[in-house]
Amino acid sequence: MLKIGVFVCWCGSNIAATVDIDQVVAAAKLQPGVVMATGYQYMCSENGQSLMRKAVEEYKLDGVVICACSPRMHEATFRKNAQRVGLNPFMVEIANIREHCSWIHKDKEQGTIKAIALANAAIAKVSLNAPLISGESSVTKRALVIGGGIAGLQTALDIAEAGFEVDVVERQATIGGNMAKIDKTFPTLDCAACILTPKMVDAASHENIELITYSEVESVKGFVGSFKATIRKKARYVNEKTCTGCGLCMSKCPSKKSKNEFNLGLDNRTSIFIPFAQAIPNVAVIDPQSCIKLTRDKCGLCQSVCEVKAIDFTMQDEIIEREYGAIVVATGFKPIEVDAFDELGYTQNKDVITSLELERLMNAAGPTGGKLVKVSDGSHPTDITFIQCVGSRDCTSRGKEYCSKICCMYTCKHAMLIRDKYPDINVNVFYIDVRTPGKNYDEFYRRAVEDFGVNYIKGQVGKVYAEDGKLIVQGSDLITNEQIFIKSDMVVLASAIEPDPSAKKVASMLTASIDTNNFLTEAHAKLRPVESPTAGIFLSGVCQGPKDIPETVAQAGAAASKVIGLLVKNKLVTSPCIATTDELLCSGCSNCFNICPYGAIGYEDKLINDHGIRETRRIAVVNPALCQGCGACSVACPSGAMDLLGYTNKQIMAEVDAICKR
Amino acid sequence: MQGLEKKIKDRAIELLESGKVDGIIGWEKGQFIYDPTPAVFTKETGLDNFCYNNFCGANLSKYLVGKITSDKKYAVLLKPCDTYSMNQLITEHRVNRDNIYIIGVGCEGHLDVEKIKRNGISGITGVSVDGENVNVGTIYGESTIAKSDVLLGKCEVCRGNAHKISDELIGEELQTPEASDRFEMVNKLEAMTAEERFAFWKGELSRCIRCNACRNACPACTCRVCVFDNGRSGIDSKANASEFEEQMFHIIRAFHVSARCTDCGECSRVCPENIPLHLLNRKYVKDINEFYGEYQAGEEADQRNPLVNFGDKDIDPTVISDKEGN
Repeated sequence: MLKIGVFVCWCGSNIAATVDIDQVVAAAKLQPGVVMATGYQYMCSENGQSLMRKAVEEYKLDGVVICACSPRMHEATFRKNAQRVGLNPFMVEIANIREHCSWIHKDKEQGTIKAIALANAAIAKVSLNAPLISGESSVTKRALVIGGGIAGLQTALDIAEAGFEVDVVERQATIGGNMAKIDKTFPTLDCAACILTPKMVDAASHENIELITYSEVESVKGFVGSFKATIRKKARYVNEKTCTGCGLCMSKCPSKKSKNEFNLGLDNRTSIFIPFAQAIPNVAVIDPQSCIKLTRDKCGLCQSVCEVKAIDFTMQDEIIEREYGAIVVATGFKPIEVDAFDELGYTQNKDVITSLELERLMNAAGPTGGKLVKVSDGSHPTDITFIQCVGSRDCTSRGKEYCSKICCMYTCKHAMLIRDKYPDINVNVFYIDVRTPGKNYDEFYRRAVEDFGVNYIKGQVGKVYAEDGKLIVQGSDLITNEQIFIKSDMVVLASAIEPDPSAKKVASMLTASIDTNNFLTEAHAKLRPVESPTAGIFLSGVCQGPKDIPETVAQAGAAASKVIGLLVKNKLVTSPCIATTDELLCSGCSNCFNICPYGAIGYEDKLINDHGIRETRRIAVVNPALCQGCGACSVACPSGAMDLLGYTNKQIMAEVDAICKR
Repeated sequence: MQGLEKKIKDRAIELLESGKVDGIIGWEKGQFIYDPTPAVFTKETGLDNFCYNNFCGANLSKYLVGKITSDKKYAVLLKPCDTYSMNQLITEHRVNRDNIYIIGVGCEGHLDVEKIKRNGISGITGVSVDGENVNVGTIYGESTIAKSDVLLGKCEVCRGNAHKISDELIGEELQTPEASDRFEMVNKLEAMTAEERFAFWKGELSRCIRCNACRNACPACTCRVCVFDNGRSGIDSKANASEFEEQMFHIIRAFHVSARCTDCGECSRVCPENIPLHLLNRKYVKDINEFYGEYQAGEEADQRNPLVNFGDKDIDPTVISDKEGN
């Protein structure tokens, strides 16, 4: 039998206030195999760690149980500590009596009972542990960034600057993302294009960056250091290498009725088009849904006028396969659809618009050349009302429970810009709270109110309706406690933002986790904020949670530094906790093969000697380089032939038994 | 039916004599008309004892599992519902398709002799189906009884006369019985309170004598070594560690075959204690349909079942709590 030592951490008062440490120590001592048990204030401190090392040597311990915080926090710490005194690191088990116990219970008696049960489970498990040896795997020195908005570009530029090759895969025909649509940025009011377009050019011209636009990542296989991605480059019908972006084709295209996505449908575009003047690559693309040649095999005018013969109607999608060491998700966001907010009349009144539509209306490169006019008749507005939190902080099914974080500031920016450019326009803002945490943010808001005379009304809007050529905004003013009716020419809805719809697909492709709102989750909010829990997958920008541009750029740089830290390594240590097959039990049924998210299981016809019966059987074989130790196969295997080293079925059952035995 | 029996028999003899197959898996006459048994017929045994009548409910697909390493080729007689199991076995590589010749045989629903006897009919010497009725010949004379009253449980929810896989068909023109709603009883169980449901299953499962007939007949239970027979798995000792014996056995078994069970109904057909075991499996079938979209195990070979598949259309885990109304 193993000689086991148990160490119970107080974690200051984090654990000790809710769990009676002495009782846990006393109970642990009664467990079979336990030769010593003790409590200590901070096990993770140097004193705590040396206490463990001394005990391993003094009692010649074969196994150690640390009753402390989550293994996500310090399992690695204690395993490394074991290694220092020659104990195999995988002979250390953590009983999580903080997150799973003291933090979520108030009653000390109950908390103590649970802590004892968790300790007993870990002791039962460690009794069945076997020493495991880690392996090594190589690192492909190239990164993939999914998404070519400001987040993806910043991450790519930082990685490229460090000397590593980066591919940026962008679904749209141009990079730039949402930021390219924005007019000015808070809190400095400098123009978005002046910041973004140089970055776009930098990315396009950087020797280490390859931009793969109008493309989508179709599948990703492999693991940290050795991902294999399949990328579908959609047919542009225009040769990217020869097109000069002269725009002659656009001027000749007779199909002019397609909604211009870049201007959010506020104007129309031709079937062959360059998304916007500063698009990168500055190459035309044909919309196959509206192109007369592609839909009805007529026309072909663009082809005949193109001087460099760049147009090719027979172009097919291209499949690119590449290997990467790290992948960064930067899929960004989109504003939610506000059609469901019937009372705000977005679908009924042309002059009820969203904030992003207002950005386009105020943008010098927008459909009106930057002149703010009513969408309905092109006339000059005199009263504009903003409605904040449309769908944000909204627990009903049409909204989002979270704060979209950017709307208070951009609404403030819009109000200020309008008052600055058109002092004759009255601007009202309905708000629940104005949230301005951030450097120079509250000052910015105060300027809007104090210097620019924006009228902020605390309260929510009940209804927007048309009357005598005006929009009437009916709301409640919570300060004066009365119903108010504001005549407006335009109403601007600060719609909530949500992760781009592709995020869910990308996350499942990368086996990265997402939360209930489809934001990708970070491994730890404070310890590993830019890493996904899946090794080698990093998060940049709004795909991880609502962020403004300064924050996105900061986080994008942080993600890049983590990628660089990974790519500079020549070898990675692999976990020895991988699946194995009991060949005598395997029926070859393929359940494990089908469920394995990493493609780590294959089949071989093997000659088996089953207690004297020699026959060739179809047997599951685990590729140790691909297996990530997720354990899905061991659960799916009906006969128990699949087992996970370090978490064997027997160990799990022993833990369950220990918890149930009281 | 007798005509069909002769047709099958003639074809079987032809297959054996031409050397196209080395054996035929079919049904052998029992002591009485109502107890035919699955059997392997070869050139040596001949087909004198072969039979195919209205009591051949047994699903023969599983009999090929043991032949996977054999280099001999077998023909197997499968009714339409049995072909789902065959597809599932092919999907799971538990049979060698290259060594199997599938003869799809027609079916007009099979009868449950226990049900006939419960209607006071004994001394049965012959049956013939006549539309909605069954004429039962006995040593005391002839009786007529409604077919719907004496069908096997699994035939009451018949999924039609289409063979999902076959190399040739004989008698496929026979009309299979009209099906009733197969989830009717599952709905009733779902409507019960937890206590009522527990009482229901306690009443049913406490009769279990652990004869293992359900497991042995189940075409999804083909593990080389069953966890309940593997002392090292630690599961055998858990199977009966509860206040009513064997509840864990049946629940573990239902979990193991979930999304692989074709709902063939063999478990309940063979249970000597008449425990409605198929209801456990059918509950999972219904849940899977609701959570992942309609899915029929064995509809075709090489399907990937929803429990071993991931997709962005997968149901969110919150559905479990939503379903319970929380």
